[in-house]
Amino acid sequence: MPTKVDANSIDQDQLLALYRTMRTIRVFEERVHVEFPTEAIPGAVHLYVGQEAIATGVCAVLDDADYIASTHRGHGHAIAKGCDVTAMMLEIYGRAGGLCGGKGGSMHIADFDRGMLGANGVAAGGVPLGCGAALSARVRGTDRVAVAFVGDGGANQGSFAESLTLAVVWRLPIIFVVEDNGYAQSTGTRFHLGGRDLAPRAQAVGIPARVIDGYDVLAVRAAATEAVDRARSGNGPTLLDCKAQRFFGHMEGWDQQAYRSAGEVDVLRAEHDPVRLFADRLIRERLAGSEQIAAVDLAVAARIDRAVEEARSAKDPDVDQVLTDVYVDY
Amino acid sequence: MTRIRSYLEAVGEALEQEMRRDPRVVVFGEDNIGGTGCDGRLGNAWGPTQGLHEKFPNQVFDAPITEAAFVGAAVGAAATGLRPVTDLLFVDFMGVCFDQILNQAAKLRYMVGGKARVPLVLRAMWGTGMRRGAQHSQALYPILTHIPGLKVVLPSTPADAKGLLAGAIRDDDPVIFLEHKMLYFSRGEVPEDPYVIPLGVARTVRAGSDCTIVALGRMVHEAARAAEELATEGIECEIVDPRVVSPLDSEAIYASVRRTGYLIVVDEATPRCGLAGDIASLVAANAFDALRGPVRILTSPHAPVPFSPRLEDAYAPSAAQITDAVRSTVRRASHV
Repeated sequence: MPTKVDANSIDQDQLLALYRTMRTIRVFEERVHVEFPTEAIPGAVHLYVGQEAIATGVCAVLDDADYIASTHRGHGHAIAKGCDVTAMMLEIYGRAGGLCGGKGGSMHIADFDRGMLGANGVAAGGVPLGCGAALSARVRGTDRVAVAFVGDGGANQGSFAESLTLAVVWRLPIIFVVEDNGYAQSTGTRFHLGGRDLAPRAQAVGIPARVIDGYDVLAVRAAATEAVDRARSGNGPTLLDCKAQRFFGHMEGWDQQAYRSAGEVDVLRAEHDPVRLFADRLIRERLAGSEQIAAVDLAVAARIDRAVEEARSAKDPDVDQVLTDVYVDY
Repeated sequence: MTRIRSYLEAVGEALEQEMRRDPRVVVFGEDNIGGTGCDGRLGNAWGPTQGLHEKFPNQVFDAPITEAAFVGAAVGAAATGLRPVTDLLFVDFMGVCFDQILNQAAKLRYMVGGKARVPLVLRAMWGTGMRRGAQHSQALYPILTHIPGLKVVLPSTPADAKGLLAGAIRDDDPVIFLEHKMLYFSRGEVPEDPYVIPLGVARTVRAGSDCTIVALGRMVHEAARAAEELATEGIECEIVDPRVVSPLDSEAIYASVRRTGYLIVVDEATPRCGLAGDIASLVAANAFDALRGPVRILTSPHAPVPFSPRLEDAYAPSAAQITDAVRSTVRRASHV
């Protein structure tokens, strides 16, 4: 892992923006975790808590017009790419006015206006889509880039391996971001990766790749900056192999995390909480005052409260929506 | 101006005209240029993309054997401003990238509440007759037709191939465009200028008052041969070629059945959960009062496609089987 990035090289607004995004993801997800057992939220929800620094660090160096293809654990990516948290919450509740009109839900949350091409219900399902967005960006003569997020589990899919090959052969402006959170559902990487890291798989086909501390938002941001520059300047794909364990189970309401050792999550929360680590560092290095952090926390809390209130009181979609948007024209 | 062209040339002509018309139309797949990474001359000696790369170097790409990646990339590219035409070679290979067809291409627009369009065309060869065995000869369109979000096109003539491919490329939804490999060298009149055949309008191949034959793909030609022979016996068949099975022009089928009172459906696909049974069921539900006898369906058997020429020739429905089916249906009824 690289040595710590010098935070003094980044201006304070940007540092606080990084914190605000991470904090927003954290509070959004913790709140969904609390609301889920009330049965107000239907379906399958996969939370991003613990991995906030990855989406935040990567998306911080993207432009609005750049693309991301997400995973089933996609709330953090959506928030970091600038999706509206109220519209997101409405979508997760399955309401009219949700980001996808209530037809996608947590697992298909998307906002094409923000370059967010969708969470995806299929492991690595979005990775080829990301390649397509990168191809499109280049053919249309833009300097946009695409990011394809994938988990450690999804990285075992053939479609992921094929996408690495296609990206290198077509020299696509894409960044593959592996989020190695330690588990594919309830199977550990120690077993299912057959090796420790994903980076060598990319290196094997000629793609530069690095292992990154996924709890350190500035480390992620620095690596992403380099990768995005490479992609934008026509020098092809990069893979970032980011390590950060999730604090919750695979899926809300189903996964009691019996496969983890006793106290494992307590240690993560005490020693590897990326949001608190970053706030502490900002204060310790005098890059932000504790009152500034507290002000962000207060604003974020109010924003998420409002999102949940609106989602609770929003209307369900009209039943005739079942038949719309199947085709543009049929 | 209309001239004689092969089905293969008609496909290539539509690709060329559409690429010229719209620079967002990009073409890629394995060997779509051919010869990339080799020391010799261009490859792809007989495919419909032959020569396109020289005319449109920025719109044609070769892909490595990575169907899951490049079919998925076609979906992502379509959703972000291109109009990709990607090539699966044999439709049988959809097995290695079915997620990208079934779960990504077909559902993206719906899942995002209509905020995305996926104007992509997936081309593939299909069908029996070339002695390619069980993994290169299938007629998998019933599986694709089953999936909401996809459109499925099966041209049977060069003129339809050109007009329907242009229609597919200009369509804003994902279209599976299936080219019967045994029709590639069939020839027919093809207008030179670009034209579009709308997706979802059947073609009446032959008018007749005694029996309706709905036939798909290569079976259209078997049905035409059968109809010629039956005409010498005084039985006039009306042949309807749906051309597009999703959306299906069911009204054209009902209208024909109302004229003739009899229906034979001829389909090269296997019988269970297929188009033939589906069309029979639609007619039973919507035009039952017009039927004067039982609906007959002729399909390939519930078996993989065999290799041996003797076995393969016995596999798909033939003109002789169609002739027998029409005779027994129309005559049996007329004796009652």
